[in-house]
Formats: sequence, C-alpha cells, structure tokens
Amino acid sequence: MHAKPSAEGSLGSRPTSAREYGPVLSLLLVSPLVLLLVGGFLYPVGKLFWGSIFVPEASFANYARILQEPLFLLVLRRTFEIGFVVTALALLLGYPVALAMARVPGRAAILIAACVLIPLWTSVLVRSYAWIVLLQRNGVVNNALIETGLTDTPLRLLYTQGAVIAAMTQVLLPFMILPIYSVVRNIPDDLVRAARNLGAGSLLAFVRVTLPLSLPGVTAGVLITFILSLGFYITPALVGGPSTLMMSTLIGQQTTELLDWPFAGALAAILLLATLLLVIVFRRTLAFNKGFKLG
Amino acid sequence: MDGASVSVQGLGKRYGAVRAVKALGIEVRSGEFLSLLGPSGSGKTTLLMMIAGFEMPTEGAIRIGDRDVTYVAPNRRNIGMVFQRYALFPHMTVADNVAFPLRMRKVVKAEIARRVADALALVQLQDFGKRLPSELSGGQQQRVAVARALVFEPPVLLMDEPLGALDKKLREQMQIEIKRLQRRLGVTVIYVTHDQEEALTMSDRIAVMRNGSLEQIGSPIALYDNPATPFVADFVGKTNFLEAVCHSCNGTGLEFGLGQSGFIHLKECPPTLPSPPRPGDKIRLAVRPEQIRILRLGDSDRPPLNGVVEAIIFVGSFRTFLVRLAGGELVHVQAGTDHGMAYPQEGERVGLTIPSQAVQVFPDRRQ
Amino acid sequence: MANADLVLSERAVRGKGHIVNSAAAFLAALAIGLILFFLLLPTLIVIPMSIGTSPYIEFPPRGLTFKWYEAYFSDPDWMAATWFSVRIAVATTMSATVIGTLAAVALVRGRLPGKEFLQAFTLAPLIVPHIVIAVALYLVFAPLGLTGSFYGFVIAHSMLAVPYVVITVSAALQRFDQNLELAALNCGATRLQAFLHVVLPNIRPGVAAGAVFAFLASFDEATVAFFISGIEGKTITRKMFEDIDFNLTPVIAAVSTVLTLVSLVLMSSIEIARQRSGNGRLG
Repeated sequence: MHAKPSAEGSLGSRPTSAREYGPVLSLLLVSPLVLLLVGGFLYPVGKLFWGSIFVPEASFANYARILQEPLFLLVLRRTFEIGFVVTALALLLGYPVALAMARVPGRAAILIAACVLIPLWTSVLVRSYAWIVLLQRNGVVNNALIETGLTDTPLRLLYTQGAVIAAMTQVLLPFMILPIYSVVRNIPDDLVRAARNLGAGSLLAFVRVTLPLSLPGVTAGVLITFILSLGFYITPALVGGPSTLMMSTLIGQQTTELLDWPFAGALAAILLLATLLLVIVFRRTLAFNKGFKLG
Repeated sequence: MDGASVSVQGLGKRYGAVRAVKALGIEVRSGEFLSLLGPSGSGKTTLLMMIAGFEMPTEGAIRIGDRDVTYVAPNRRNIGMVFQRYALFPHMTVADNVAFPLRMRKVVKAEIARRVADALALVQLQDFGKRLPSELSGGQQQRVAVARALVFEPPVLLMDEPLGALDKKLREQMQIEIKRLQRRLGVTVIYVTHDQEEALTMSDRIAVMRNGSLEQIGSPIALYDNPATPFVADFVGKTNFLEAVCHSCNGTGLEFGLGQSGFIHLKECPPTLPSPPRPGDKIRLAVRPEQIRILRLGDSDRPPLNGVVEAIIFVGSFRTFLVRLAGGELVHVQAGTDHGMAYPQEGERVGLTIPSQAVQVFPDRRQ
Repeated sequence: MANADLVLSERAVRGKGHIVNSAAAFLAALAIGLILFFLLLPTLIVIPMSIGTSPYIEFPPRGLTFKWYEAYFSDPDWMAATWFSVRIAVATTMSATVIGTLAAVALVRGRLPGKEFLQAFTLAPLIVPHIVIAVALYLVFAPLGLTGSFYGFVIAHSMLAVPYVVITVSAALQRFDQNLELAALNCGATRLQAFLHVVLPNIRPGVAAGAVFAFLASFDEATVAFFISGIEGKTITRKMFEDIDFNLTPVIAAVSTVLTLVSLVLMSSIEIARQRSGNGRLG
C-alpha cells in the first residue's frame, strides 16, 4: 500500500478533505484491478467479438447464419423457453419458502435458511452430478419407480429437457428465494396484523398487503434467475443431451468440437447482448451496486 | 503543558457553490476556553475540521502559536481532539487507545507506559486500562477520549460536541470535570456545541456562528446581557421579541409604541444602536423573560403594558407565565418560586413592567 | 424440517384457532417441507453415495466402506488435479483479496473520475455468462501457452473472484466509522499507519469474507476451468467433469463430498462470524 503520501499532499493534487483519498492515490489503488479486468476480461471478450465480425474478413455472415439456420434459431428459442420455465418454477417453489423463512419464528427460520444456503454454497458441478445419479437408467428415481410398481422398465430421464429443467431449477432456486426473502423480511409485521385487525382474512391480508409489498423482491429474483439461466453451462452440459442444446452448450460445442471461433464469438455476442440488455434495463431493480451504496 | 494561541484569518470553505464558512476571523488566546456556538449548518463543525486539518480551507490562514498550519497534514499538527462519539478504536484496549498517539510519535516503551498511566489517572480511569472501549459506559468512554487527546500534551484541544451523547446529569458532571482539567493543564480549548447552556457554563468566551459567519464573540455575560444581534439574543438564553415603533426620542428618553398592547419607556438611548431612532422608525425590542416583572392588577389600574395570563408553566426553581398582550403578542415572563407570594392565576389580567436597562433595541431588519 | 412444520402449524393455531386454518397451515408446511427436500436432496445425496460398497451408483447404499476415498487419495491423477486446484485457489485468494481490497478503498473513499463506471465494470465478471468468459479466455490463452498453466488460471480466477472481494470490503468500508480514521490521523498517524492500525483491523471481517468467497470462486469454478485446463494442468473440477462423462464411479461421489465439505465449512465459518459480529444477515 502506498497510501502514505496523500495526507502529506506530496502525491498529486492536494486533497481538499482527509475524508477522501486524492485522485492520484485512488487511481493507483484501483489500477491493479483495472489491469486485471482489462487483461483478463475485456481484452479476451473483445477479441472474441472482434473475431465474430472481422475474421476471416469483415462481415456479419456469422450473425446471419444464426438467423438463417433453423437449428440455431431453435437453440435460441429453446434457451429462452427453458429460461422462462425454470424461472416460473423457481418462483412457484421459491416464494412460499421465502415467505416461511421470513415469517416463521426463531429456530425454524434458521433451519429453512440452512436448507436454502447449503445448496447455494455447494459447487454447481457437484449438484449437477447428483442429478445424473438421481436420473440415470439405474438411478435413484428409476429404482424407486420400479420398486413402487409405477413402471416395469426404467424410464429415460437423463439427457431430456425435463432433466435440464429440474436440475436448473434446483440449482437456481436459492437465487430466487433470497431476494424475495430480504424484501418480505422488511415488511413490518404490524402491517399484516393491522390488515387482519381491519377484518381481512389471512388470505386477503396476504393478497392485499404482503404480496404487493413483496413484488420488488419477486422482480429481482425473477430477473436474476432468468439471467443466470440464459448463460448456464455446467448443468445443461452434464444433464442435457444433443436434444437439449442451449446457447451456452452450443457455444461450447462450436469451440471444442468444431473449432469455429468466429461463429462461437457471434453466439457469445448474442448471449451477452441479451444478458446486458436485461441488466441495463432493470439495473435499478437488480441493485448490483448494493455493496457500494448501503443504506 | 502550556496552551498556544490559535489564529484564524479570513478563513473560508466552499463546497461547490455552497460557502460553508465565510471569511472568518477569530483570535483564540493561549489557555483560553472558547466555544463555537451555533445551530447545525452554521459552519462551526467545518471550522473545527479545518483547524484539525481534516478539511482544507479554500481561502484564509490558520496559525497555531506562531506556526502557519493552514495546509499542514492533520497528523503533523499536534492538536488533540475529542470526537462527537469519541471515535475510540474499538479493537484496542483503553490503554492501547491512549498509547496510540505516543506510539505514532515513537516515544520509547517505558515512557509510554508511564504517560498512559498518568493520563488515565488524570481522568480517574487508572484501573480500566485493560478493558475494551465497548466495556465502558458512555461517560467513561468520553474520559478515555479526553485522555487520548491530552496524553501527548498538545497545546490545543479541539472538542466536537463531546457531551452530546450523554444524559443530562452526566453531561453536567462532565462539564465541570472538563473545565477543571482545562484550568489545571492550561491547554487552549476550542469547543463546538449547539447547546447554549453548555457554552455559557464552560467558556471563557463564546463565538456565536450563523450561516458560516461570526455573529458575535465575547464572554458569556457580555453575550447574554448585550447581544449584538437579535439572532444572538434569541440563541443565547431565552428572549421575548416585540415589534415596536418609535414614538418620541428626546431628553427625557425614548418611547416605543406596541400598537394596541401599550408602550415601553426607556430612560436613555441604548449604546448598541449606531444612531438614536427617529420618531416613526420601526424597531425590534428584545427582553429576557426573567427581567420582566409581573403585577396583579386592581380593576382601576391602567399600566402601560398589560395582558392576560394564558398559561403557567412550572419548572421547579421558577415558573413561566405566558402573557397575551392586548395587541396579540405572547410574552414569556419568568419568576422565581417564592412561596410567600400570591401568583396571578390563569385568565387573570396582569400588568408588566420592564426596567430600561433590560431592553435591547435592534433596528427592524427581517432576520 | 419436521421442526419447521410443527412451528408453522402451531403459529397458525395460535393465530385464529380455526381448524380450517390449522389444516391449511399443515398443508403449507408440508409443501414447504417438500420444496426444501427438493433443494437439499441433490446437494447431500453425494455423501451417502460416497460410502456405499457397490461399484455402481446406488442409493441407499447397502454396505459402508471408505474404499472410494482411498481410491481418490491414492490416485495420482486425482491428487495432481486436487493440488493444482488448491494451489490455484490459494494464489487466487491472495491476489484477489489484495487487488480487491485496494480497489474497494479507492472506489468507496477515493476521488476518482468515472467512479460509477468503474464500480459497474468491477461487477461485470459476475454478470457476464461464464461460458462467454471461458471461451474468450481459451481463445487468448491457447496461443500464449497459458492453457493448463498455473499463472493462466490465477489470472482467470482472480478476475472471476475479485468482484466478491470488492463487494464485501466495500460493504465493510461503508459500515466503518470514518471518524476512527480521522482520530488516528489526529493522533499523529500517517495515512498508511491509520490504514494499517485502525482501518484494516476494523474491516477485517469483510476482507476475510471476501477471501473465503474468492477461494471458493476459484476452487469450485468449473466452466472456465473446463476450457482453459490442459492435459497436464487440470483442476479438480475439470477432472470431475471428464470422469462424469466417461467413467462414472463412486470415486466422484467421494470427491464431491470433499468439495461440498470444504464449501460448507468455509461458508458456515463466515456466516457464523457474521452473525457474531452483530450484523447477522442470511444470504
């Protein structure tokens, strides 16, 4: 840390207040990060996109190809469809859990929180692997189905769209629950109680008070889940098959198997564009810079 | 240790278009206890921050003793400071907190131990050295902050509303303690407060600030008895303001009319006015509540100033009568509790008399 | 979970006392219990699987054995991948923590031109899909010989991990009472001394949390690792990925259990530290 000179005013322009670090010192402090992000992120991603247009020669042929070939359009559509379904399922399953986590007293809330946080903290790879174990031909689910007599022959569960959706929903569920929880928790209990005192039944109180007030959390959760689902790679790559190719797995395939870099770049650009568009349009809701602006 | 003088000359601080402090000049004598008194936003804290070196002025100069410190870094100013909520280092013990300034000055270990012990003894916390600040009461934390600020024997001690977080009783006790300490050590103290009572109790002189400028500087008595402006009259102690018109001004004194409420007669023109008022001039009068005498009236009495008692507020050692004058003004009158006296009742008509010397006269300019 | 059900229904009963209400509460509790089961099952199923005797994936396991762990710890390939991952994660933790902490100080406290833009830029690696970053890094690393290289991984993972450090340290700096730093300056400390003696000890929980996040962001990272690993330099996640595709044995369950335990121990330690430091917040 070369923090010392600022107070003495010998480095760069004199700070007008000891509460802040001068511009030169600040720039010095932030420069390793900028270097890392430019070299490790901006340059590679930029090069990938550059290649999608200018290699071998300047044209939008790669982008045109995505729009012309039915297979790629199908993948694009499937990516968004799976994203929608996963988000909807996560909302359906996540909302009650978030509500319970915020409203249930003491120990039980901690228990629910643990059930939500433990998966969040566990490697996505491990959880995707677990889904393979659950869903494969002689896996846990098939064994259970046969034992209970629901089916005679094992079902083909793995490498289907259903498997991808189930696994992704499980992996992304905490990202839906936590934003909703943090909003619901801050709805004063008094409001609900007041509504019930005024004669509203518990269902009406929920519809009129809790639900509308929790909407900011719902939008944040929906957006985060949807954005993450668009770019998800590990889970669809392991649990899905050729019939469940998504944008991310298609990009992977184009680079590792077909070595078609410019085309992979074009796919990546579209994926990134969709993500950034969502982030920029909804940046208020997402409050990504929460860490910088507390309170 | 001996106090140093602090001289602030033409000091200004601008935040963008906002001028927080405007061309301020104050001379603090060595060993003096000076309070900076003003409402929030008056610039008193900004001024203190500039003296401490935390904010750099946009114009002017600050001198401590004969050293120009205007642009000296805060760590090289050798000024002690007690912060609003003490700013004790929570991860260090009390002794480490007090030792910190000495460690930064590379004082040898044995010497540090001795001086920390002395400083803690000074604030009667000898046995608390090993505790963490969070294990102390508010008053004790406050004393640790004082010890830390004094341990390196600075010639000047700055205090930024140091008692604001304490309850009333403890605050009054600490006021006396700090004052005694300052007398004993001879250190120059610049003390920021918005509490006029605190300023009156502790200070040798008070600088009243308003909107970034110095409104008046003087001893507590001078400020109380001869406020230079209606703002000072209002901010230091309690005051009744009355809008009046000059009726006559001649050898027998001045007479001010209060419309339907009556009139006030002064024996001579007050020295604070630049020129004697002429008949017809609009004037603001300021009178302290305890200077007004209240009289119960017989049916036939027609005093120059009278009104009806609207409410009586009992405050222990005295009581305050709210008297509505005929013209509609509400006047606070304060009378000491005297059990032998028959006080007027609510709703009773009373007369008010005001001694000449108790009336402050200001030209009527909207303040 | 039974506990949760109980409290839920109890509460509803206390609320109004209607039978209808308590039945509804019971159903709600049951539903929530099932959802939590759905959340937890794929997370924890690897643990019993890793100690089952059958060479095929089997649940519930018939007999208990540690042979899959022995297989894992005695396999030079697995060990090489594990140590490669650990070395990368440790180096990433150090570099991301230092770089992120310095940057957070500047971003929170500095006078910087384009500060808002820099804050957004810092978070970019969190938002951009990792597959995009992975492919882009492969494209740049391959010609430089950085695939499968320790340094290539440290650069890539530091970039992915540094936002977590910036976020946690920024939050800690926002909570930090700035008057403490002014007090240190007033006591005669230089900026550097004030930072080392006063600021740093007080934001240490934030720095530590950032470091743990950084470690896990590297150690558990699979997408980028899949693309920039080499034949020689291969992380534990890449090795797992390969074995899942070609050679599905319970050794993977053992490895998964180890990964899970590392994550859970580290994350619960910062969660507990956070609860203890008084600003307990879940998630």
